[in-house]
Amino acid sequence: MTTTLESRESQRTAPRAFDLKLGGVRELNRTLHHAADGDAFAVDHPGGKHSIAVGVNSEVEIEINGHVGYYAAGMNQGGRITVNGNAGVGVAENMMSGTVHVTGDASQSAGATAHGGLLVIDGNASARCGISMKGIDIVVGGNIGHMSAFMAQAGRLVVCGDAGEALGDSIYEARLYVRGKVASLGADCVVKEMREEHLAELGELLRAAGRDDDPVDFTRYGSARTLYNFHVDNSSAY
Amino acid sequence: MTLTAPDQTVAPALPAPALAELGLRESATFDRATIADIQRAAETGIYDIRGWGAKRKVPHFDDLLFLGASMSRYPLEGYREKCGTDIVLGDRYASKPLRLDIPVTIAGMSFGALSANAKEALGRGASAVGTSTTTGDGGMTPEERGQSKHLVYQYLPSRYGMNPDDLRKADAIEVVLGQGAKPGGGGMLLGQKITERVAEMRTLPIGIDQRSACRHPDWTGPDDLEIKIAELREITDWEKPIYVKIGASRPYYDTALAVKSGADVVILDGMQGGTAATQQVFIENVGIPTLAAIPQAVQALQELGMHRKVQLIVSGGIRTGADVAKAMALGADAVAIGTAALIALGDNSPRYAAEYAKLGSAAGYYDDFQDGRDPAGISTQDPELSARLDPVVGGRRIANYLRVLTMEAQTIARACGKAHLHNLEPEDLVALTIESAAMARVPLAGTSWIPGATGTGL
Repeated sequence: MTTTLESRESQRTAPRAFDLKLGGVRELNRTLHHAADGDAFAVDHPGGKHSIAVGVNSEVEIEINGHVGYYAAGMNQGGRITVNGNAGVGVAENMMSGTVHVTGDASQSAGATAHGGLLVIDGNASARCGISMKGIDIVVGGNIGHMSAFMAQAGRLVVCGDAGEALGDSIYEARLYVRGKVASLGADCVVKEMREEHLAELGELLRAAGRDDDPVDFTRYGSARTLYNFHVDNSSAY
Repeated sequence: MTLTAPDQTVAPALPAPALAELGLRESATFDRATIADIQRAAETGIYDIRGWGAKRKVPHFDDLLFLGASMSRYPLEGYREKCGTDIVLGDRYASKPLRLDIPVTIAGMSFGALSANAKEALGRGASAVGTSTTTGDGGMTPEERGQSKHLVYQYLPSRYGMNPDDLRKADAIEVVLGQGAKPGGGGMLLGQKITERVAEMRTLPIGIDQRSACRHPDWTGPDDLEIKIAELREITDWEKPIYVKIGASRPYYDTALAVKSGADVVILDGMQGGTAATQQVFIENVGIPTLAAIPQAVQALQELGMHRKVQLIVSGGIRTGADVAKAMALGADAVAIGTAALIALGDNSPRYAAEYAKLGSAAGYYDDFQDGRDPAGISTQDPELSARLDPVVGGRRIANYLRVLTMEAQTIARACGKAHLHNLEPEDLVALTIESAAMARVPLAGTSWIPGATGTGL
C-alpha cells in the first residue's frame, strides 16, 4: 500500500518546540529517539544544520521550519517529517517507512538507498535523486538532475518535470514515471508501455503526494534487463 | 582462475629437469599460466573473475625478522610473565568502545559470498576467544548477530540490507571505502550465488550477476564523509565506534583524511587481502602490498598526534602469529584475517583434492569463490555443499587458529621483552631485503641502512 502525506488519525498533541539556535542537533535527535508514537515536534531555526531528525524510529510528527543541511530525516522509520524549506544532500537517505515532505528544493542523492516510505519534494531535486533506491516512493514536483535512479533496485520515482542525463543507468526493478523531457537514458534503461496498472499506481502515488497531475501525461521507464547477466556482447556497456 | 586452457586433456608434461635436458626453456614472460590466461580470454571474450587476493610475490612480513632479546634487552619468561593481548577499539568518540581479548579480528565477508554456516562458524570461533567478526556486502544475518559477541556492521556503497535497526544492534560500524584486493572497485556477486534468501536481503532479482557500486551514493570525499560519520553517530546516539576501511593505495593521505573525517578506527587492507569475486587484472595490478602500506598509515597517525588514539587495524596476508607481531611492531593496534580464516575452516584442504580436480582446480589453487561450488561448503549458497561445514566444528577450528596466532605473537613479544603485544616496535625488526627495508622502514639486517630514510619517505 502506498504511504500518503495525509496526517494520521492519531491524537495530535501540542507540538514540542525545539529552537536549534538555542539547542543542538544532538539534543533534538536524542529526544526524538525516545519519543512515543503520536508525539509532535516543531523545529525552528534549523539553519542548514546537518543530520536533523535522523534515526527517528516512532510514528512522530516533525515540522522543520527552514532549510536543512545534509541527511535530514536520514533512515527515518515511521516519522512524518516536513521540511518547510530546502534540503541538502541525501534527504531521507535510507528511509525505511513514514513520510518526508520537502516543500522547497532538494540537493543531490535525495532518497538514496531508501527501502520504504514516501519522499515528496515539491520543488526540484538535484543529481542522483533515488540513487540505489530499494523500495521507496519518491514524487518530485519539479525537475531532477543527472544520474537519477542510478542502480535503482526497487520502488517508484515520479517526476512531474524533466529528468537530466543518464536517467536510470544500470537500473534494476524500480519503476520511473516522468512527465516532461528526459535528457538521456542511462545504460539498460528504456521506455516502457504504460498499461492500466501503471496508470492506476501512478495516480495513487500522485494523490499520496497531494498532487492532481494527470497520469496519462507521463511516460514510464524501466530496466531492459539486458545487463542482468554478464555477456560478451554487452562489453561496451560495462 | 579456472584452468581452461585447450590442452588440459593432454597427458602430464615431462618433469622440468627432463624438459631442460631436452633443451626446452619456458618463457618467464609468457609462462604457462600466462598462456592459459591469453587463451582463456580468446575463447570467452570476457575477463577472468576470481576470489582470493593478489597471488603475485610481493615484499611481505616474511622479509622481516625480529631481534630477540639478549645482553642489551631482557626477554620475558614464557608462561610465567604476562604478555597482554587485550585491545580497546574506538575510544576516541564512541561511548561504548569495543574491548577485545586478542588483537586478531575477523575481516568483513558477506553472507552471500559465504554460506550461512561459514558466517556462523566465524562468529562462534571469534566469540570463543573474545574477538569480533564483521558483516559484508549483504547485510546482517540473525545467525551472525546471534553468534558474534562483538559484531562490526559494514556500511558499504551498495547499502544492501542497510537499516537502522541493524545499525543499533551492531557493536561498531565500518564505513567501507575500499578493500586491498580492489581499491577503487565495487562488489560483484555472480548469479550462481544469488539465491532467494541472498536476493531478498539485497532487494535484487534472483540469479542475476550483481554488481555493487564503487562509490557511496550520498557522499564524496573527506568533507562529506565527516558529515556522514556524524549522521551515523547521531542515529546511534554516539555509542558505536566508527571505523573507516581503506584499500591500500595512498595510505598516508587516506589515513590522515579518515582521521580528520572523525573515524575512531582505520582499517588498512593491503593488496594480498582477499575478495570473493573480482577481475583478476584488478586483484593483481591495483593497490600496494600490506608491508608497504603500514608505515605510511602509521606516519600519518603520528604526525596528527593520533597514533594509538585512532586505532589502526591491518589486514591483507596475515597468516601466522609472526605476521600479527610484525604488523603490530610496525604500528598496527590490531590485525584482521579473512583468507586465513577461510583456510582454517577447510578452504583449499587437500581433503577435497578429487573435487577440486573435477572443478578444473586443485587444492592450494582453488580461487573460484564466485562460482558458488566450493567443495568445502564455505564460499557457496548451495545447501548440500554448505551442509558439509558444521558451524560448531568450524567455530572450534577458528577459535583454535585464533589462539595459535595469539600465542605465537606472544612468544615473539616475550622474546623481545614486551609485556604486551602493543609494546612491539619497529626497533624490534630488521629486513632481509632492500625492498622490504625500504617499505617497512626498518634497517636491512646487519646494517643500519633504511633505504630512503633520509628522503621524504613518501
